[in-house]
Amino acid sequence: MKYLWLTAYTDIIESLRARWFMVYSMVFGGLVVILFAFGLAESRIMGFTGLSRLLITYIQLSMAILPVFVLITTVRSVAGDREAGVFEYLLSLPITLSAWFWGRVFGRFFVVFLPVLLAMVGAVVWGTIKGAEVPWELLVYYTGLLMSLAWCFLGIGMLISTIARSSDVAQGAAFVVWLSLLLFLDLILLGVMIREHLPPETAVAIALANPMQVFRTATMMLFDPQLVLLGPTAYVILDNFGQAGYITYAIVYPILLGTGCAWLGYLLFKRSDLP
Amino acid sequence: MIQFENIVKRFRRNEVLKGVNLTIERGHRVALVGSNGAGKTTLIRCLLGEYTCDGRVLVDGMDPRKQRREVLSKVGFVPQLPPPLRMPVGQLIRFAASLCESDPARMRDVAQKLGFDAEQFRHQPFVKLSGGQKQKLLIAIALGRESELLVMDEPAANLDPDARHIFFQLLAEKQERAAMLISSHRLDEVATLVNRVIEMDQGKVVLDDRVADLVELSSRLRCRLRLTQPEEAFAKTIGEWGFLSGADGVTWEGYIAGPDRLRFLGVLSRYAALLAGMEMEEAEEQVAAADAS
Repeated sequence: MKYLWLTAYTDIIESLRARWFMVYSMVFGGLVVILFAFGLAESRIMGFTGLSRLLITYIQLSMAILPVFVLITTVRSVAGDREAGVFEYLLSLPITLSAWFWGRVFGRFFVVFLPVLLAMVGAVVWGTIKGAEVPWELLVYYTGLLMSLAWCFLGIGMLISTIARSSDVAQGAAFVVWLSLLLFLDLILLGVMIREHLPPETAVAIALANPMQVFRTATMMLFDPQLVLLGPTAYVILDNFGQAGYITYAIVYPILLGTGCAWLGYLLFKRSDLP
Repeated sequence: MIQFENIVKRFRRNEVLKGVNLTIERGHRVALVGSNGAGKTTLIRCLLGEYTCDGRVLVDGMDPRKQRREVLSKVGFVPQLPPPLRMPVGQLIRFAASLCESDPARMRDVAQKLGFDAEQFRHQPFVKLSGGQKQKLLIAIALGRESELLVMDEPAANLDPDARHIFFQLLAEKQERAAMLISSHRLDEVATLVNRVIEMDQGKVVLDDRVADLVELSSRLRCRLRLTQPEEAFAKTIGEWGFLSGADGVTWEGYIAGPDRLRFLGVLSRYAALLAGMEMEEAEEQVAAADAS
């Protein structure tokens, strides 16, 4: 266990000094600044105003950029480290492969989640200073959803990094995965598929298997509990899960998916050539 | 200590190692030579358990892939190209020392001997160090612990003459109780360091020979050179070896590490037409030390 945390700590130190981390942090920090600068906290939508309104927009934007950022930065840095000889050297030190792999996963998770969380905390602090009421329940719920989403794509990223032998291939594969999930986020596409005689249950199953769609629906649920925006699909979700059940599913499922992918990545890593 | 039993390694259809059989004992200082693509690095990676392969690699009877910690805690490795680690020097030393259950101060001491003050650079990212500084630190990490097998890929390539001498002395301290595997493209770079030469070509061992072990790793030679005339290019080259010239630029004097003699003569051979005289002798400090013992 000691070696796992040591590797995690080392990975954090490495990442904090990396250029991608600076860009990544600036994007999420900048997002909050822009939302405040454009007076979003003062505007109103569907009854939401103040920090709640800002957090709703923030999380919608996070859904668009967090998965691709986590995927690309993970595969680029992990596969890039392998290409550059970092694996060759560090894996010549006496460390078990499980401590090395999972240490990197946990270290990387801390690094990818930290800017997202800090941006939210920054928004809350700023909002509090400006006298806005802090929506604690919303904050905790969104933090849970973002953690789950980040873990999910981190796991997928680690799997891709293990399979792809070069950073170019890994980056391409990560982009294709993200694009595919994005494509099935489009309910119009699912609608077309249903029109082409795809059973509606299959379309809903596809939507429920897509972590981005799961996240999106879960965030909608907070300001639209009956999921009116989602159309008929809402009935399937609410009938099968209920509101609390779906929120639990939206947090647990991406974590399981990410863990499954990371575990598969670990098994492949253990059996393959390391550098 | 090390056994390679019929090692075959393939990358898709390309067979890089074609049934390598070798046994290396403690006290063996092996030069692993061969051209690019001969299979040296692949063999080293199999030894470090980084590559899967057919056949068996055993270090003291243990499989480096299955018993990683046990095997790698005995191995000090210096790669040819330093990894682009962004972590600070202090962090790298602490990380390595912690994994190897060694004392970071011991690694810092070895670095200090080699002329690299790790304490002064402790906050500096490893990747920002010069080539020589990186090499010294990696050597310090490999030698600053209880390693019984040293695996080094062109270890002295970036070192200045003084650091090379200290490095050879550090190797000499370990030579009885450790095995060394030193990989190089060129035999003359490592010839005087070793007592066994293994040459690889296209994935096979084509030469496995014991060589005369007459050069003391820690020895030093005093050298005087006389030129037919001053020459700027020569002055630059010999200056890199730490030699000092007389006022006329014709006579030069300095010290070279014993195991560096072949490499030094190789350098001099490029200026053969300029050389009017040359004298090389065991440095007095070494002779005195030998007498005392």
